[in-house]
Amino acid sequence: MTYIPKPRVRHPTLPTNALGLTRRDYEGSMSTLCAGCGHDSITAAIIEAAWELELEPHRVAKLSGIGCSSKTPTYFIGAAHGFNAVHGRMPAIATGAEAANPDLTYIGVSGDGDSLAIGLGQLCHAIRRNVDMLYVLENNGVYGLTKGQFSASADVGSRAKRGQVNRLEPIDPVLLALTLGGTFVARSFSGDKAQLVPILKAGIRHRGFALVDVISPCVAFNDHEGSTKSYRYTRDHLEAAVEADLVLPTAEITASYDPGAARAVTLPDGSVIRFRKVPDDFDPSDRDRTYAYVRGRQEAGEIPTGLLHLAPDAPDHHDFLEMVETPLVNLSFEELCPGADALEDVLAAFR
Amino acid sequence: MNDFAFKIATVNGTGSASANGLLMKAIFRMGIPVSGKNLFPSNIQGLPTWYEIRVSGKGHTARRAEFDLMVAMNPATYARDMEEVRPGGWVLHDSSWPLADELLRDDVTFLGVPLARMCNDRFDGARARILLKNIVYSGVLAALLKLDMEVAERLLTETYGRKKALLDSNFEAVRMGFDYAREHFDCPLPNHLEPMEANKGHILIDGNTAAALGCVYAGATAAAWYPITPSTSLVDAFQGFCNRLRKDPETGRSRVAVIQAEDELAAAGMVVGASWVGARAFTATSGPGISLMSEFIGLAYYAEIPTVIFDVQRTGPSTGMPTRTQQGDLMTVAYASHGDTKHIVLFPAHPGECFEMAVQAFDLAERYQTPVFVVSDLDIGMNDWVVPTLEWDDAYRPDRGKVLSALELEEMERFHRYLDVDGDEIPARTLPGTHPKGAFFTRGSGHDRFGRYTEDADAYADVMERLARKIDGAAEALPRPEVHLAPGAQLGIVTVGGCRGGVLEARDRLLERGVAVDVIRIRGFPFGREVREFLEGHRQVFVVEQNRDAQLLGLLTLETGVPRERMIPVGSWGGMPLTARDVIEGIMGAGVEVGIVVEEETPEAVELPAARECRRRQV
Ligand SMILES: Cc1ncc(C[n+]2csc(CCOP(=O)(O)OP(=O)(O)O)c2C)c(N)n1
Ligand code: SF4
Ligand SMILES: [Mg+2]
Repeated sequence: MTYIPKPRVRHPTLPTNALGLTRRDYEGSMSTLCAGCGHDSITAAIIEAAWELELEPHRVAKLSGIGCSSKTPTYFIGAAHGFNAVHGRMPAIATGAEAANPDLTYIGVSGDGDSLAIGLGQLCHAIRRNVDMLYVLENNGVYGLTKGQFSASADVGSRAKRGQVNRLEPIDPVLLALTLGGTFVARSFSGDKAQLVPILKAGIRHRGFALVDVISPCVAFNDHEGSTKSYRYTRDHLEAAVEADLVLPTAEITASYDPGAARAVTLPDGSVIRFRKVPDDFDPSDRDRTYAYVRGRQEAGEIPTGLLHLAPDAPDHHDFLEMVETPLVNLSFEELCPGADALEDVLAAFR
Repeated sequence: MNDFAFKIATVNGTGSASANGLLMKAIFRMGIPVSGKNLFPSNIQGLPTWYEIRVSGKGHTARRAEFDLMVAMNPATYARDMEEVRPGGWVLHDSSWPLADELLRDDVTFLGVPLARMCNDRFDGARARILLKNIVYSGVLAALLKLDMEVAERLLTETYGRKKALLDSNFEAVRMGFDYAREHFDCPLPNHLEPMEANKGHILIDGNTAAALGCVYAGATAAAWYPITPSTSLVDAFQGFCNRLRKDPETGRSRVAVIQAEDELAAAGMVVGASWVGARAFTATSGPGISLMSEFIGLAYYAEIPTVIFDVQRTGPSTGMPTRTQQGDLMTVAYASHGDTKHIVLFPAHPGECFEMAVQAFDLAERYQTPVFVVSDLDIGMNDWVVPTLEWDDAYRPDRGKVLSALELEEMERFHRYLDVDGDEIPARTLPGTHPKGAFFTRGSGHDRFGRYTEDADAYADVMERLARKIDGAAEALPRPEVHLAPGAQLGIVTVGGCRGGVLEARDRLLERGVAVDVIRIRGFPFGREVREFLEGHRQVFVVEQNRDAQLLGLLTLETGVPRERMIPVGSWGGMPLTARDVIEGIMGAGVEVGIVVEEETPEAVELPAARECRRRQV
């Protein structure tokens, strides 16, 4: 892979957001992934979400681990700060960065190998700490970059390109996040932009860790007959169980939904997540019922998607650490260094 | 007088630590140079533990392994403890039960005190009896060693002042021991304490506490760590100081993030992340943690992110002996990570330097945008040392290095992260969120001087070569070595870190016997020019360090090109702090070979504990 900048051509006709930026301004350099790779569709959805949310590009920190999926931050928001960490360790970078400067918008991108094998521990602990970030897990059931080994999300019975059948139980990131007290847990499909974009937007606005597991087929190594992460299989078994929109505080909330059949949840920043469609035996605020629901649908062979669980007011990492509101990086040295006199006092105990 | 060592053998979990600390501090307050070595097991309760106290009017506070007096409180280690007493010395033991005949020696004096019986008669409750037994033996020692009782009682008051009942029983216990000794023994012993004035302007502190204070004063706002002996107390102390000094006065909330990570990999990543957005961040760990952090250390080196890492060394490899000291990580930290890397390393020798070097580490890490290690060891980190009081200059301001402001970026045509604009091998960095022009992609994968991904050999080598020049160029900005020259000396000792005390004492004793040696103590890596000049300027150099493989010697060979034959390894590495005797015998052993004549010293007490330790093999 080499660095391929995209030609920048201004189109006066392209729509702009409130910052005067077009969707193109949220693009990055040219993707070098395989044509048809699900990850590229997710990149497009992130660009759309960032544009719609009017994020200031340079106030975004995009982080990733290592893998095809982890390459994608290069392909969106070129004017944002990026951090391509080491394999499976992006959550630690995000945790440290977000602790020291919560004023940035943190978007993490990872793969199923990155997150569920080598980096499983870090993912779990970032969920537990409720680090304020969007975490997109681009899930294709294989290691793309190292050419097609099974990952920890491969389903039992799924067949690899060269014929082996996976017999190990998969780690399901949604069930995992629910178990660990995740405060925003969603699943979507790279091929369903209409569902994915609102989820990403809501995840960015959520105060806390927003896990979005996105099934993202790998055309090179896991899109064949017998794979349970292929486009075909996913389309056949997908069940858009929950449909939700994010309504920004600035926008007018149009009453185009039936308040009896759906519900709205207000986030700490004033934006509203409006659930348009929710199954009967389901309540996105009830972790146990969500868990049971997802398990039940999976038993029936379905892949339920949507914003499945939301706890908007849970304490986050900063609350747990009882930190000051001011970002640590903005504190002046005078606020941090106690000075010579205080040292004298401290040392009295050592005389 | 004021020149002896005694050792207290107890069982861990029985509360002897506070009694031992009391003795140390009382001697310190009497103005006498003193050092204490806590030899504790990797265990919570029930295993043998020892505390060694050396008193030295001359100020030699390295460990001494010949004991004038043994306080034998643990029957499980009686046999070994009795052996460690020098001929003519004393053994204080609990005579509530008789000593087995085979333990008795006729060249030492046994001082029996029925400690258990006395405590059972006077105090109620099993726990209180066990705890107060320690205070009773302290009282006995006070009489034997002529410890200032007023000082001791004042210390007890400072500790238990608010708990009247506890204070009363402690007072009673210490008096009980004191009176018993005065009644039954010839007090004081010939080797005892005489008040001095040597500790004016000094404090008694351990290196981890001092390093933690350094982090507070340097303005560190993020610490990420995973518990591991002997570094845990550094972060504990940091948290404690922050609770006191870093609270917002209005809200009571913290101006710091202390994150207990899930492991050392994560701890290192969090430090890198926090540094990346502009915080001063650090971690503290020991050898096993350094091994786990290596991947991130390489990333921080290559992506040029300031990172401060305290390595409080313990005995390796693997889990090794977690509560024993060693200098076994020298090679590891110098080149930690795969690929071509080299790191700035600072080597404090005592708590005073832990404080200073903590501050310097943050300045260097930010100036050179790279990992900086502060490498101490269990002995420095966890034992109490008498050091000159820590000083702080209110005029200090952090050296943040080249961090571009929004204004500077605004005025720039274009920013390139890894472009050496100033010709000093150090490019400017930007912090996320500062300005649209400052954005770039941080990566550990191949990148060119513009910060772009590359797989091109020349573009890759261009950055890598600059990094090599950058780190080598840092040598002259590091703390200068400590050098002691003796007129006419042709022999030299090179040493590092906590070997300082043993080496300087050995130098004095060798000089008394007509052998003059120069000493250089290295304080930073990469080595500066003084180190090379020292090696070149001496016919024969002894490299004194505490590891099996002569790692410092190896580094000197690799980095200075001075031939290995010029250097002879000396030292001990079995987990105990270095003694002067380790150094003298190492030099004498090799001396024959290199033609040094050392006159016989009055034979040292017994050939025991030190001989049991691992001495450096001779080449
Ligand atoms: C420590 C380490 N071990 C192994 C690798 C090799 N490696 C690179 S990417 C990858 C798997 C990536 O899989 P996934 O996260 O699912 O990403 P995908 O390519 O499928 O999007 C591996 C094993 C590495 N970079 N670092
Ligand atoms: S190998 Fe698979 S995951 Fe990687 S780019 Fe190609 S299709 Fe995408
Ligand atoms: Mg994958």
